[in-house]
Amino acid sequence: MLEIRNLQVSVAGQPILKGLDLGVKGGEVHAIMGPNGSGKSTLAHVLAGRPGYVVTAGEVLYQGGNLLDLAAEDRARQGIFLAFQYPVEISGVTNVYFLKAALNARRRHNGQPELDAIDFLALIRSKLKQLDMDESLLYRPVNEGFSGGEKKRNEILQMALLEPTLALLDESDSGLDIDALKVVANGINGLRSPQRAIILVTHYQRLLNYVVPDRVHVLADGRIARSGGRELAIELERTGYGKPGDAPGTQAAMP
Amino acid sequence: MLKEATQLDELVSREYRHGFVTDLETDSVAQGLNEEVIRLISAKKDEPEFMLEWRLKAYRHWLTMSEPGWSTIHHPPIDYQAISYYSAPRSRQEGPQSLADIDPELLRTYEKLGVPLEERELLAGVAVDAVFDSVSVATTFKAKLAELGIIFCSFSEAVREHPELVRQYLGSVVPYTDNYFASLNSAVFSDGSFCYIPPGVHCPMELSTYFRINALNTGQFERTLIIADRDSYVSYLEGCTAPMRDENQLHAAVVELIALDNAQIRYATVQNWYPGDKNGKGGIYNFVTKRGECRGDNSRISWTQVETGSAITWKYPSVILKGDHAHGEFHSVALTNNYQQADTGTKMIHLGKNTRSTIVSKGISAGHGHNAYRGLVKIAKSAIGARNYSQCDSLLLGDRCAAHTFPYIEVKHPSARVEHEATTSRIGEDQLFYCQSRGLSAEDAVSMIVNGFCKEVFQELPMEFAVEAQKLLGVSLEGSIG
Repeated sequence: MLEIRNLQVSVAGQPILKGLDLGVKGGEVHAIMGPNGSGKSTLAHVLAGRPGYVVTAGEVLYQGGNLLDLAAEDRARQGIFLAFQYPVEISGVTNVYFLKAALNARRRHNGQPELDAIDFLALIRSKLKQLDMDESLLYRPVNEGFSGGEKKRNEILQMALLEPTLALLDESDSGLDIDALKVVANGINGLRSPQRAIILVTHYQRLLNYVVPDRVHVLADGRIARSGGRELAIELERTGYGKPGDAPGTQAAMP
Repeated sequence: MLKEATQLDELVSREYRHGFVTDLETDSVAQGLNEEVIRLISAKKDEPEFMLEWRLKAYRHWLTMSEPGWSTIHHPPIDYQAISYYSAPRSRQEGPQSLADIDPELLRTYEKLGVPLEERELLAGVAVDAVFDSVSVATTFKAKLAELGIIFCSFSEAVREHPELVRQYLGSVVPYTDNYFASLNSAVFSDGSFCYIPPGVHCPMELSTYFRINALNTGQFERTLIIADRDSYVSYLEGCTAPMRDENQLHAAVVELIALDNAQIRYATVQNWYPGDKNGKGGIYNFVTKRGECRGDNSRISWTQVETGSAITWKYPSVILKGDHAHGEFHSVALTNNYQQADTGTKMIHLGKNTRSTIVSKGISAGHGHNAYRGLVKIAKSAIGARNYSQCDSLLLGDRCAAHTFPYIEVKHPSARVEHEATTSRIGEDQLFYCQSRGLSAEDAVSMIVNGFCKEVFQELPMEFAVEAQKLLGVSLEGSIG
């Protein structure tokens, strides 16, 4: 589904990714781990099409097509979803309006009829229930005044609604207490399917106790330094990334 | 970052959609201003002597004044002798008695503008007074309103048919000495709308005026006077457009509102005059004096404005809160794009006891636009227990635009409560990317963010106009991204 070859990316003139190779198949869950500054978030953002992230070399094929040619909104309409580490607030726009506009943009692209308010409400209510979220969240402005946990859950709600083909989760576990972490993990597990690939970007292996990855990759200095199975994450928890005080399992290192 | 800036640029640049010119025979007076011209305008309108006297006094006073220089606005000097002060579609001379008598070309113009008079008359329940260049061409629903004793007609007609009301109220809120542009208007105003709601009457429909400047080198100087007598209610909407021309055209209107005991006036404006092209060429200079007086106890006046057009907007819809427990409101969205300049805000003058005022101002700047909020809250010694709440928010798109806030507060009574909040934010690449990463186009994203920002103001507009205002805002920022 996704084939990344020799990807090199600069942000504000600084090379961040320096020749990254990665292949992801439908149905797989990959975890991207690594110390701060290794380029984990950059990878997620460049795949989602964030402006300002300049690809200097390499290619990315998504479902056989050249992903890098597409604008961010076209990538989204073709099934790529990025759950933000820091979800953005939009004053005066209710969450429900935002969610409906996003879903209908996708449906239009797929040649499906747009959902009206009534059908949409029925759909979003069922998703809320799955994620154990309160309906009042729908009528508040997008992410405004949300707690850290609510913001992260709201991202998962969007993902559940949009049913992406390739989901990129950027530190969706950071800053969550254990209950919220379980909700987020359940949301992710609920989306696992043979047609869908998921890339989890995470600093800590704690999320991987709940969402078991097929592959684990360790990023260092803009390249994949090591790849392995679930056991690699567990090993990292013991040994760290090689720098003192940066062990991925150490909760004290959390910001 | 650079790509982002370009994208915003593309988004906010778009052509003006009302920029067509209607080919009509017009009856205009030669360019230039002197007492003869004023006498001619007055004569063309068959005005009684008192009107002419008033115009001449205003003109003589105007000659002693100079343009105000305190705003943030810059423009080349205006040549007041190069303007024609009267222009009327020719058919007016034959005196249209009904819509059927009106030049079909003119009716088509209104249709293009989205003001199909006939349709409105039949369906919408909105009574429209349409002012084309200088004269009022049609007033729909007049008969139905007359049954309730409501007078809704062109200003010229009011001067002829109801001189006693005009004489009593004209200039009682905005005197002819008020300011440079108001004095000019008082001297040369050619038409406008007049509305009187008798005691105890709740006006059953939205009243509406549509202004359009068509003829070349014409100034538009309309005057609106609305009187809500005791215990009455009226909601009024004004809309404006103009064709695209390379020359700047002057618009200097005056609106006076008078609310007596327990009366309420809601006045909404959607202003979409031609803003000039991408390089700042052409566009309307909009110098407008709007003021309401809550003359009676418990009276209430609210101004709601959506200002997206004009090269220059200079207007401060204000309320004088004279009656006890009176309430004044100002809700504003002002958008400046390309090289547009807006210096707009309000004055709330508290004189009566326990008077209240609310100010919500939303300024949006894009391109090289300059947007200033200028407001005065004045609490007089007599205004025991007065309260004001002001909120001024600015939104910036791109990094070449500017927003300024100038709140003036004068409090002469210790019991007053005055609150002021101000914020400035920028539509960042973060918000835009967040929306795009959910599949929304950049255009839809900006429109959504801007509309969210303006929500509090749009809620004040009558339903159908709120929808229009939302579209207009979207359209004013719409770009041509491939």
